Amino acid sequence: MSSLQCDITLTVNGETIRETVEARKTLVDFLRDDLGLTGSHVGCEHGFCGACTVRLNGVIVRGCLTLAVQCDGAKVETIEGLSDTGECADLQTAFETRNALQCGFCTPGMLLTAQELLASDRVPSREAIREHLSGNYCRCTGYHAIVDAVEAVAKARAGSGT
Amino acid sequence: MKITDDVPSTLTALDRPNSYIGRSVPRPNLARLTQGRGHYVTDVTLPRMAHVAYVRSPHAHARIVRIDTTAAKKMPGVIAAVTGPELAKVITPWVGVLTHLKGLKSAPQSAIAIDRACWQGEAVCAVVARTRAEAEDACALVQVDYEELPTVTDPETALDAATHVIHADLGDNLCFERSLDVGTVDAAFAGSDAVVETTFVFGRHTGVTNEPRAIVADWNPGEQRLTVYHGTQAPHMMQNLFAKHLGLEESQVRVLTKDVGGSFGIKVHTYADEMAVVALSKLLKRPVKFVADRIESFVTDIHARDHRVKAKIGVMNDGTITAFEIDDLTGIGPYSVYPRTSGIEANQIVNLTGGPYACPNYRAHTRVVFQNKNVMCQYRAVGHPIACAVTEGLVELAAAKIGMDPLDIRRKNLIADNAYPTGSASGLKFEALSHHASLDKLVKMMDHDALRAEQTALRHKGIYRGIGFASFIEVTNPSAAFYGVGGAKISAQDGCTIKLDAQGAIVCHTGVTEQGQGAEAVIAQVAASAFGVAIERVRVITGDTDNTPYGGGTWASRAAGIGGEAAWQAGKALRQNVLAVAGSILQAKPETLDIRDSQVVDAGTGKERIGLDEVARIAYFRPDTLPPGFQAELMATRHYVPRAFPFSFTNGIQASYLEVDTDSGFVKLLKHWCVEDCGTVINPQLVDEQVRGGVVQGIGAALYEQCVYDERGQMLNGNMADYLVPMASEMPDIQCGHVVSPTADSELGAKGAGEAGTAGAPACVMNAINDALRPLGAAPLTDMPFTPGKILRALGRVS
Repeated sequence: MSSLQCDITLTVNGETIRETVEARKTLVDFLRDDLGLTGSHVGCEHGFCGACTVRLNGVIVRGCLTLAVQCDGAKVETIEGLSDTGECADLQTAFETRNALQCGFCTPGMLLTAQELLASDRVPSREAIREHLSGNYCRCTGYHAIVDAVEAVAKARAGSGT
Repeated sequence: MKITDDVPSTLTALDRPNSYIGRSVPRPNLARLTQGRGHYVTDVTLPRMAHVAYVRSPHAHARIVRIDTTAAKKMPGVIAAVTGPELAKVITPWVGVLTHLKGLKSAPQSAIAIDRACWQGEAVCAVVARTRAEAEDACALVQVDYEELPTVTDPETALDAATHVIHADLGDNLCFERSLDVGTVDAAFAGSDAVVETTFVFGRHTGVTNEPRAIVADWNPGEQRLTVYHGTQAPHMMQNLFAKHLGLEESQVRVLTKDVGGSFGIKVHTYADEMAVVALSKLLKRPVKFVADRIESFVTDIHARDHRVKAKIGVMNDGTITAFEIDDLTGIGPYSVYPRTSGIEANQIVNLTGGPYACPNYRAHTRVVFQNKNVMCQYRAVGHPIACAVTEGLVELAAAKIGMDPLDIRRKNLIADNAYPTGSASGLKFEALSHHASLDKLVKMMDHDALRAEQTALRHKGIYRGIGFASFIEVTNPSAAFYGVGGAKISAQDGCTIKLDAQGAIVCHTGVTEQGQGAEAVIAQVAASAFGVAIERVRVITGDTDNTPYGGGTWASRAAGIGGEAAWQAGKALRQNVLAVAGSILQAKPETLDIRDSQVVDAGTGKERIGLDEVARIAYFRPDTLPPGFQAELMATRHYVPRAFPFSFTNGIQASYLEVDTDSGFVKLLKHWCVEDCGTVINPQLVDEQVRGGVVQGIGAALYEQCVYDERGQMLNGNMADYLVPMASEMPDIQCGHVVSPTADSELGAKGAGEAGTAGAPACVMNAINDALRPLGAAPLTDMPFTPGKILRALGRVS
């Protein structure tokens, strides 16, 4: 129970944001409630499901285990930002074509996590894909289709030399 | 990336030009979700919207002596603090019974507990504030004095005379009991060469939807209407219940269901804390939002599967199964859940056990008892995983006892593929199943003999792998026999309205709902095929009681089979209507015309005559040019409900290949196969993904998931760190195959596919573990989930 307010300035999806936030507010609540960026989801609020995954200074983090005040001066990217820039458009298309999502609630977090894997490991094995995604909970798909989609994009990106 | 091969349609009625039936068309509504532009109830905000948080009972059973909300009401942002008696002035209580489950009884349940809390987690006071955080802050200041009452937790002793009766008015803790005795069971056991008897235990677990339960209720006193944004599977059912218990007409209630972050049966029930939200909105005359947090989800989302089944099978030395007998016991919490009741899972176990087999002797007994734990009710594949694990566990144990191959004992006893229509000993009616064809297909898919050879070779190296099977049947396409006959206002029929827009595209309004399973895609495929347009020319509207035909929604694998058939019939009807218009424009007989790819064509030659855009233009804007007395009808509605059979059963078989680490007790899943017969396959990829997701949910039950309670009724692992769910790294690849036996009850011939995976997976994982450990002399494992500790105990490695 705290009413401590803090001023923060940060970059969210390329836009400079200056806001006053409660010190106790999580990054994902800040993104959703204050900025209307509802693409990042709140699933468990204790760091296990990965639905709130966002990128903080280039690295994926749990939006529910990060406080908004910790992001003062930081660069935050969400699924809305990645969608607008087209950074992972091929991954999104592969998820759609392969039906690698059903309810879609885990999907933004899953895409950010997969995008990070493919940035570091160009053609990961199915086991490596499963391992890297193992912090993102999906109740619908059973994961097989997600692994298929990520694997296909990895091969396509490697093949096209991008 | 492999897209599942298209399955050619087997029915001539579906063999329309450019048909989408049997094609793996991507779902048209996915880009929204991959771009983070979905609209879940958790995303909904409205002007003046307030948030509710609940004070929940820390005790499993306690009298509420006094609630003091004085301090809470003084907190910043707080709008109201409301207790059970105060809310009861706005909303009436309910009782979860169905008349066709004879003898089933339950006690009245209130939106917020009155006088007494009956499980840990039951809401005893609501605090409404400007933000959820402020509401939670104030909850901490609500002073509740409790007087603890005796706690009933163990179903085994719930009916003992010495045990406290939870609801004194009911007389005892028995909710429901059913017995069945068919054939000559005692004589069959007496004449058997071998009898296997064991007890199966199923861990209480829950759905863990990624998006928690969420609801926003908006009572508008100006228009005397309630609009509810609700993550539900059954909008019309909820419309009825909100109206009934708030004292409104159904026309005063609109339920809107947009994107839903996973359901699996969790979101098809009446939850007290959600009923409280609609009542609070009415009381406070403003929108109120509730989103369960994860801990609330664990202690209030319905649980399921907490069953103990003593089971027995008789078998002859040639493998003939002589009899099945089960004695089932389950504890369902303090209330039977409204309106579907908590007797259905037990009832299904009685109905389904032994179902795949031609065995005439069957005895079953089930008792459903009250206890002071969270409520249990229908969760994906209701009763099937239990009935299947009991049946298939017994069959493989019997095979092992007489030294028979587990596939051979199935070939000997599975109902013959040419025996249909037929039924089960329990009275189920089967229209057309394909157990043997499915088994043969599975054996080929998994390269069974090579796998057995590999297993044998590895055993010599001290590597213990197991192969397990599970044949199953699944209830789909339920008629009114499921709920309607028992007095619940849950629609068995569904409707679809299709209209031609002014540019020649079509819009479908359907009563079934999208929970991520792909209902919108299936409706679009069916409507496009029946009417004659490309799927891009179809828009589907679901989840709005103001704007869709009355329907049941999505549960019991009914959306494609029932909603799909309604869409098929509506598409055909609209085609006839549009051809009547075209015929009058073209001076041609409508029966000589057809619609193909948005063009009205000569049916015989395929020659294009006039575009749908032109037909629509004339019909809407120049009707004066049509013949006198001719009225174009450019909207058609059709309804469908299965009538020939109470349920459309599907069947299939699964196999699991796994390795048990005999030092650590860990199970590594290597591969999983499922052959499924859901009749006409409308979209092979969507069917396969339903199967795969279902299989993994079943694997969770077999290996990980359990709501652990202590003897005082406290849930000990209500968080995702301690309650384990399947994650990507532990799951195997899952190969799917199909056999197609369409139902003749509909033109489409489609049955459901949503629960097959969950029905069979626990059984075949169990059988595979026991197959792996059998050479080591381990006692058969029959107590799910099969944790490393239980496996090491079975191996005698730990005591």
